[in-house]
Amino acid sequence: MKEWVHQLNKAFENRVRLGIMSVLMVNEAVSFNRLKELLGVTDGNLASHLRALEKLEYVEMKKTFLDRKSHTTYDVSTLGRKAFTEHLNALESLLKP
Amino acid sequence: MDQKEHIEALKDIRQMMQRSVRFLSLSGLSGIFAGIYALAAAYLAYLKLESGAGRTDARGTLIYLMALALGCLILAIGTAFFFTRKNARKKGLKLWDESARLAFINLSIPLATGGLFAIALIRAGAIGFVAPATLVFYGLALINASRHTFPMIRQLGILEILLGLIAAFVWGHGLLFWAIGFGLLHIVYGLFMYFKFERA
Repeated sequence: MKEWVHQLNKAFENRVRLGIMSVLMVNEAVSFNRLKELLGVTDGNLASHLRALEKLEYVEMKKTFLDRKSHTTYDVSTLGRKAFTEHLNALESLLKP
Repeated sequence: MDQKEHIEALKDIRQMMQRSVRFLSLSGLSGIFAGIYALAAAYLAYLKLESGAGRTDARGTLIYLMALALGCLILAIGTAFFFTRKNARKKGLKLWDESARLAFINLSIPLATGGLFAIALIRAGAIGFVAPATLVFYGLALINASRHTFPMIRQLGILEILLGLIAAFVWGHGLLFWAIGFGLLHIVYGLFMYFKFERA
């Protein structure tokens, strides 16, 4: 195996980011409030981590209008899915004896 | 990061994936009670049919049986709501969240279809197919909802479908199969879930 495969991704070291990615990996179009409820973090904290993941293009934000109210949902991008899967593989390989 | 932190991280990931998709507050007690109501209703239905009322007053008997089934359903849903709310509080989870909503919608679509289909069967006079049809549709509803709750619900769904199909081919034992499917299986799975996830 190539060395880089087992490299942990620094972007996912934070627990909140790990949580965001875990939720988005198995759910489609998750709202901001749903993420907040699941992770139990403050608005500001969640927003800043989401922004960081968006900047890396791991997470995509989508704004839609429901009854004239804006509704923001998040999805994991193809790149994010790949990066997170590699991170998981790295974590697991580090645990193997 | 050391070994312990990696294990913690993996545990966090797994828990977050589970909790965000699956509705895990569902209480096994609701299954046990639903089963008991179903057995009681099946027994009352059996007494009514054995009395020969089906021949002397077919219309009245039909209404009696439908009222029994409906009463059974309302009691079961009420009890499920009560125990599940209690369970959610104990676990510190919200009763009505996205995963509960998904489980409910996915359960409701085949279930409502089955209910309407059963009414159509009664109207067409195919009373003998009501028990098999409700079992099959209920099984499909459980399989459909199982992605959003305990995986063992899928197993229960498969058993319900099998029972329904057998009942459709083995003629004249609809009530017995109905009692096994809605009574016995609910009690068995409810007990199993209760002791596996709630007692411990």
